Amino acid sequence: MRDQRPNPDDLLARVKAEEAGLTQGSLKLFFGYAAGVGKTYAMLENARRARANGLDVVVGYVEPHNRPETEALLEGFEIIPVKKLEYRGITLREFDIDAALERRPGLLLVDELAHTNAPGSRHEKRWQDVEELLKAGIHVWSTLNVQHIESLNDVIGQITGVVVRETLPDRVFDLAESLELVDLTPEELVGRLNEGKVYVTEQARQAIQSFFQTANLTALRELALRQAASRIHRQVETDRRNQAVRQPWATAERLLVCVGPSPTTARVIRTAKRMASAFDAPWLAVSVDLTGFPPSSPTSQQLAQHFRLAERLGAETMTLAGQDVTDTILEYARSRNVTKILIGKTNASRWHRLLFGSVVDNLLERSGEIDVYVIRGEEESRERATTPPGRPAWSGRPYLKAIGLIALTGCLAYGLKRLHLTDAEANTVMLFLAAVAYAAFRYGRGPAIVSSILAVLSFDFFFIPPLHTFAIADAQYVVTFGVMLAIALVISSLTARLHAQVERARERERQTSALHELGKQLSSLYGKVFLVGAAGSKIAEMVDGEVAIYLRQPSALPELAFGQDSTIAKHPVSLPAAQWVIEQDQVAGAGTNTLPNANAFFFPLTGSQRTQGAIAVRLPEHEYRLTPERKRFLQSCGNQLALALERDQLAIDASEARIKAEAEQVRNTLLSSVSHDLKTPLAAIAGASSSLLEADSIDEETRRQLIETVADEAARLHRLLENILQMSRLDAHAATPNKQWHVLEEIVGSALRRVRRELEGYEVVVRLPANLPLLHVDGLLLEQVYVNLLENATRYTPRGSTIAIRAALDGRSLRMTLTDNGPGLPLGVEEQIFAKFFRASPVADGGRGSGLGLAICRAILDLHGGTIVASTRPGGGAEFIIRLPLPGKSPRVTIEQDQ
Amino acid sequence: MKPGNHYVLVIEDEQPIRRFLRASLSNEGYRVGEATSGEEGLRMAASLPPDLVILDLGLPDLDGQDVLVRLREWYSAPIIVLSARDQESHKIKALDQGADDYVTKPFGTGELLARMRTALRHAHHVGPESTTVTIGELRVDLAAREVQRKGERVHLTPLEYKLLITMLKHAGKVLTHRFLLREVWGPQDALENHYLRVFVASLRRKLEDDPAQPCYILTEQGVGYRFAAEIP
Repeated sequence: MRDQRPNPDDLLARVKAEEAGLTQGSLKLFFGYAAGVGKTYAMLENARRARANGLDVVVGYVEPHNRPETEALLEGFEIIPVKKLEYRGITLREFDIDAALERRPGLLLVDELAHTNAPGSRHEKRWQDVEELLKAGIHVWSTLNVQHIESLNDVIGQITGVVVRETLPDRVFDLAESLELVDLTPEELVGRLNEGKVYVTEQARQAIQSFFQTANLTALRELALRQAASRIHRQVETDRRNQAVRQPWATAERLLVCVGPSPTTARVIRTAKRMASAFDAPWLAVSVDLTGFPPSSPTSQQLAQHFRLAERLGAETMTLAGQDVTDTILEYARSRNVTKILIGKTNASRWHRLLFGSVVDNLLERSGEIDVYVIRGEEESRERATTPPGRPAWSGRPYLKAIGLIALTGCLAYGLKRLHLTDAEANTVMLFLAAVAYAAFRYGRGPAIVSSILAVLSFDFFFIPPLHTFAIADAQYVVTFGVMLAIALVISSLTARLHAQVERARERERQTSALHELGKQLSSLYGKVFLVGAAGSKIAEMVDGEVAIYLRQPSALPELAFGQDSTIAKHPVSLPAAQWVIEQDQVAGAGTNTLPNANAFFFPLTGSQRTQGAIAVRLPEHEYRLTPERKRFLQSCGNQLALALERDQLAIDASEARIKAEAEQVRNTLLSSVSHDLKTPLAAIAGASSSLLEADSIDEETRRQLIETVADEAARLHRLLENILQMSRLDAHAATPNKQWHVLEEIVGSALRRVRRELEGYEVVVRLPANLPLLHVDGLLLEQVYVNLLENATRYTPRGSTIAIRAALDGRSLRMTLTDNGPGLPLGVEEQIFAKFFRASPVADGGRGSGLGLAICRAILDLHGGTIVASTRPGGGAEFIIRLPLPGKSPRVTIEQDQ
Repeated sequence: MKPGNHYVLVIEDEQPIRRFLRASLSNEGYRVGEATSGEEGLRMAASLPPDLVILDLGLPDLDGQDVLVRLREWYSAPIIVLSARDQESHKIKALDQGADDYVTKPFGTGELLARMRTALRHAHHVGPESTTVTIGELRVDLAAREVQRKGERVHLTPLEYKLLITMLKHAGKVLTHRFLLREVWGPQDALENHYLRVFVASLRRKLEDDPAQPCYILTEQGVGYRFAAEIP
């Protein structure tokens, strides 16, 4: 709800949201202020009524807590069996989300929305399960206590002194379409507790007792009532906005909260969320990076944690780069029309503030029209990192260099003094100052301080009377020392900032150019494999970690398209995580709340039409380095890849359509050409056979001729059909050659045998060298080549001609020729004769061929990676030359030695 | 034995093929029974066992291969299958499952009758009667393990000789690559087909006038080999 006025886009969005609502399930919450007020009971009672009205109600999960009343109410309901998970030897009972999705009830009851699932479940939290159920269109009823709402978490911690770990993002609470407040007076609740009607184990009784104090309960109750009331208020607002057109509208608010590594920031973020909700305003969480902390430092880790909290609470997050924190924040705030800035009260000492100023003061000073809220920070110990990651390795080298530099300067100054080139102490000081400044600039803060101390000491020792003692005669040298130290500090901190900024700028530049390069690469590539490969290796190079890419498969598990050797691919949770990410178009995996036990961070490949897949990224010290920018960078890469994949798919679809159209064209040509060829022999057969049947008296010679006609034409028809079938099989690439090692002599012999009838009257010469290697070919197909060539030769040469078959090794290929001494080929048709339905005319015996024989030969050789060409020999007669590449190695079979 | 004594069962669903087979086989003196489906064929074969079965592989009710397997469970007389040209794998399967031979559609009567004669001859006397076999210009003395071509002695290696004898024993009948490899090299050697091809080529060089146009060892491309029963 960014804008308060209903503009057309908003209205459209609302219509869309309403449409989505038709398919999305609705959530109803039974909301109470403490355990034991009767939420589960109320939910079950309501469900009972709903079922009586004919609704398909199924219990997904209800904590029985061994309460007889609850168990009695559960009776008669269909209950989805719980999933049992082994965790450290304990069997944990969990809600089975897959079974629920499978069952698809009209209404599902899931108790305890804020529950934390056992490790190994799909989601970390039960509310995530519920979100997925809602998305799947299942209506859900659930229960919730007020202390589980994230933004109230710290307030409640203060009231009750009990820290609640199971929290729920406010947006999930807001997701609930209806809220039923289950209320009971604190006195009654305490009474119920004392009667033992509230679930309590003996060990927990003590802690619970302190929680269930009437004062606590009253405060909690008030919070719950207020929360419910504010929801109703918001509902009314929404309704009014939807209906009314002209109403006085409040000006739009936008909040910005400054996020820092300080542990007090969490509280500031929560406060910002509460304020944002109160104003019904969008809010931004922003940090300014000028420190240049290495990504694995505790500081960066804290920062990342705070950003995650802000994201959970619904903030837009951003890391800014700039010289000055205050200016950067204000500039960004103005560019985003921010009206209120929230910042934590600084913990720095007064002296520090006086010396270096404070962001808070500067902000207050320069904020102008923007309101600035300073929030008292309070450390949240539980938010602190549990595992201190390694600090950057300490190196003594810069110190040594700084010391060396000062020593050198000392010598130089001493030399100058000795040579009486300079007598003024000011010059000596200047020399040392220059050295200190250089050390500060080059070696950082520590060496700078060391060098300034050393400089002062050596200045004192060697140049100030009394010489060669550390005694100072004049107090004014204290000032010299102070100035040197101050300059060292200022220069080193400025340099550090500069370094950090240069580093950041470089990183940004690297990301931008990587994105640009990736875009260029992707646009020049075709094919899923190449696209995924290019993007995968680019991302891996950029993040310096492991990358795996999963692609959506129609109605199947995602396919691992990149990173088969990565540890991601081997992790058992990776495939389910990828599938979830693709289905939900949301991030998951390590560092998120969904499937956090995965070993990588998964994010979707969001295309313009749908999610194309998921990319998994695994970094060595993962948590600390996935800053918001890095995530954004990855997301950009992902989007580019997704769009490239879509473009590729579109190109494939288009070319498939074109091929289809072409195939259609070929089919039509084939049909028209074939129908003529088929009709001719059929007409001859029908004519000849009917004459035989009908003629009463027919002489033996005529009878014989008619029968021969039938036999010949039937054979021709058969040959034609064979050719057409073979051609269409070859065209459709339905024929995968059945390649085996063959002896050429045998193939030629077999072909000659098949056409022996046609070859009657021809002289056939076969000259094959005895040392030919075995050929790796489909024997039937190569035989077909020879059959077609031989038939062709008999068709275009007169009887009595000689047909010669030869073969010879020619480098890395086998050259096979078939020559005749007939009239040769008509001029200029050497290439055309291999086209379908081309017949060279004049034909010796009236066009008996199918016009497919040579086309088939060429198709077969294409299939074998060979070639076939035709020519007329200089001495006359046609020559067909076949070239077949020979494989590197053919098997050797040795005939056993003679005895 | 005269053909007139033979009862042939034709299992074929296509009426025109049945009609032409009935006409030509009766003309040759065979008694012909006709079944139009696999089930009917199995029933008829069981009620009156024929001397030879002609089985079409493409039947409407049962797969021809299934009919073949069920028939072979109890029936030992020759079975000739009819198949289409491009179905080499079906032919091999049928032969491996006990068919004696195959004829490719479309086929001439002469070819079918020749195959039937070969099959019936093999069915009636197993193994050569005499110790010498003469085909064309080839003379094989089984007792002396000696092969002569045009009266001259041909030197064969032991495996070549074994291959020749195996084919000779089944002269006129198609033998699959697998069958020959198993018979000659034994079941334990899983050799590839090209092994056999090289030996056949070497045998042809020793026995044939023109190994590229053989008249003894004929190639059944994609299926196996057939040793010519008679030289034209």
